[in-house]
Parts: sequence; C-alpha cells; structure tokens
Amino acid sequence: MNIVRILFQYIIFPGFLFTGIVGLFLTWIDRKVTARVHWRVGPPWFQPYADFLKLLLKETIIPEGSSKTLFLLAPLFGVVSMPILAVMLFSMNFNPTSTFVGDLIVIVYLLALPPIGIIIGGSASKNVLAGVGASREMTQYFAYELPFLVAIATIILKAGGSIKFGEIILAQQANGPFLYSISGVIAAVVVLLCIQAKLSFVPFDIPEAEQEIMAGPYIEYSGVTLAMYKLGRAMMLFLLPLFLISLLWGGFADWWAIPKFLLIIVLIVLIKNTNPRLRIDQALKFFWIGIGILSIIGLVLAYYGL
Amino acid sequence: MGNAKLWGLKKSPWVFHVAAASCNNCDIEILDILTPRWDVERFGIVLVGSPRHADALLVTGVLNRKSLPRVISVYEQTPKPCLVIGVGTCTCHTHMFECSYNVVGPYDKYIPVDVYIPGCPPKPEAIILGVVKALKRL
Repeated sequence: MNIVRILFQYIIFPGFLFTGIVGLFLTWIDRKVTARVHWRVGPPWFQPYADFLKLLLKETIIPEGSSKTLFLLAPLFGVVSMPILAVMLFSMNFNPTSTFVGDLIVIVYLLALPPIGIIIGGSASKNVLAGVGASREMTQYFAYELPFLVAIATIILKAGGSIKFGEIILAQQANGPFLYSISGVIAAVVVLLCIQAKLSFVPFDIPEAEQEIMAGPYIEYSGVTLAMYKLGRAMMLFLLPLFLISLLWGGFADWWAIPKFLLIIVLIVLIKNTNPRLRIDQALKFFWIGIGILSIIGLVLAYYGL
Repeated sequence: MGNAKLWGLKKSPWVFHVAAASCNNCDIEILDILTPRWDVERFGIVLVGSPRHADALLVTGVLNRKSLPRVISVYEQTPKPCLVIGVGTCTCHTHMFECSYNVVGPYDKYIPVDVYIPGCPPKPEAIILGVVKALKRL
C-alpha cells in the first residue's frame, strides 16, 4: 500500500502530472503578461499545451557526432528531479509534523539538477553555440549559488538552527513568517533574484541569449527532447515560487497562498520584461559582489535577531 | 493520434526565417508581423532561432549558387513535418534576375514549397493570409 501511495504521489498528485499541467499553465501566464506589457493580445490559454503536444509528436533529430546517450538523457534530469521536489514541498507543507525527513540540503541539491542537465545536454550536442551556452550556464550557476546558499543559511539561523523543512514551517506558524523582518526581506530579495537566474529569465537569460547564441544549450534539441526541457522549465516555474513561499512566507497550506503565489509570478515576469540582459561577467559581479554582500548583511542581521 | 498531431501543428507553428540573399524588404515585412500591431503570437506563431525547433521555414530572396546549398541544408536540418513558405515574388520564379549568371531558378526545383506569397514586398496582411492558407492545406 505504501509503495502505491508513494508512486501515486510521485506520478499523479503533487508529482509529475499535476506539476506539469500547472507549470505549463503558468508559462501561459508568463506569455500573456509579457504580451500585455508589450501592448499585445497574446496567445490563447491552451497555447503551452499545443506547443508541448506538437513537440511530442515531431521528429527527434540526434546530431551527427554527438554523444547519443548523454544527449538523450540530459533533458530528463529536470523532469525527474522536479516531481521529487514537488512531493517534498507538498508533504512538508500540509503535514509539517510528520516524521518524513524533508531536508533543506536535499532540496538544494535537487534544485541543482536541472542546470546540470542543461550543461550536460549542451556539451553533448557537438555544436559551438551549445558549448558556449553550456559554459555560460555553468558560470551563472556558480554565480547565483553563493548568495542563494547564504540566504538559505539566514533562514536556517532564523529557524533556530534546524535544517528540517517541517520545523522551518512550524517555526513560522508559531512566530509569524520570516518575511516580516529586515533580514527576512533581504533573504526574500536574494532568493527572488536567484529564482530569476535559475529560470534563466531576462536579466539572467545569458545561457540561452536568443539574439547572440540562438537558443544556447537547446539549439540542437528537437521533438521530444526539447519538450522535456520545456516541461522541466515549466515545473521549475511552478515549484520555485512555492519554495520561496514555504521558506519565508509561512507555507502554502491555506488559501492565502494563491494570491501570494500569483504576486510572486507576476513580479518575476515584470522583472523579466523591464530589464535588459546582462553580460556573463556583469552577472557574476552582480551576484558575487552586490547580492553576495547583501545576503551576508542579512545573515549578520539574522544573527542579532533582527 | 493523427488528429492530435494536426491540431498541435496548426495551433503552434514555430517559424524559422531563412533569408536566402534577399534584398531585405521581405525580411523587414516579416519582422513587422511580429510587432504588437499584427501580433502573430495570438495564433501561436513564434520566431525561433534554430531550425531544429522550427515547424515552418519562411524563405525569402531569389535562389542563387551561393545560397542553394545553405537552403537545402537548413531544410534537411528541420525536423519533419515542416512547412516551407516562400515570401515575396522572388521565391515564385526568378523575378527580374532571370538573365543573371548566378541564379539557379525557383525553389520548388530543389525543396517542396507549400505556399507562395507574391508581392515585392508582400504586405504583412498578405503574409498572415499566406500562413493561414498553408495551415489549411495540412
């Protein structure tokens, strides 16, 4: 029975199917808000599903001379790791006292898997532009991971040194969300910018800069493999704001989570539409010097209980 | 299965722009239909940067000895099924370059073209109409 429940959770409810469907819907919200910012009409609501279906049924080309196994397996990293994250987030939010060990460090590693998949896929496709995209993705990953980890350390400090997800949520339910303090606001800003970079949305869409290197690591992908990348990205767009809400804004087990979630999504899309792209060295400086110092200030403030 | 495939293709044709040595007027008109005024994202049409992602190739310009191998290789790199849409009078025949030593003739001698959009350059409305006709042919 237990195995059936685990499989149900992984494949259907908070896992693969649910996350995928909601994530694709959120990419429609992203495109529609972008279109309204441009003063356009924008695509109809079924657009991401039509794109996904079309990609699934199209021919998949494997470029000559590429590493076949790695090329085909790399898109699965994101699609496989994100449902695990969904199951952990949902079970920890709706049942924070359970004995299930929802460890923050495991979640940080799960969030590292999609960029690794992109790097492997870009390097395996034997294309110069894909190689450039993969190396930029790697640099960007190292850039945003430092402030992201410091922000998570801030949250751990505020939760009284616990790295268990359930205890972080319980601490927020007892004393109010961490967001309502100076160090909490700083951690939220840092995590929000890191989400922007993890999704590679516009100020940080350096790895796939359409105008310079076409689609970067995705350039050789077609058909099912491209659909898997799109699905992984859509799942991340659903799960990363939920991750932010449950770490800093008191969890998402009540109805207030829906306006909070939509607010974060629209904020991400507006940042995307009102900023020009940075160069990779500018992004590194921004994350290591600007945001890095800000996140360390947040950590120090959290140490003094502010 | 066939119906789902057709529906997906009709609702989200991603377009790759093959500028085969045109005089740039057709290219500017193609950029026009992506602007907010005509907004073809309403129909799910998106300009993509790689022929691997494309479902439709918009070819412009008269075919010559230099661009012929490139056009054929881009067509072969595109995953099938894919549409080929010729934009401008140059793609219909050799236009005013007929006597040139460098021109190798119309497109459909080398790749299958689904729809031609005449005009020098065609208006954005005409390009949208042509794409709609190409999608109806599927």
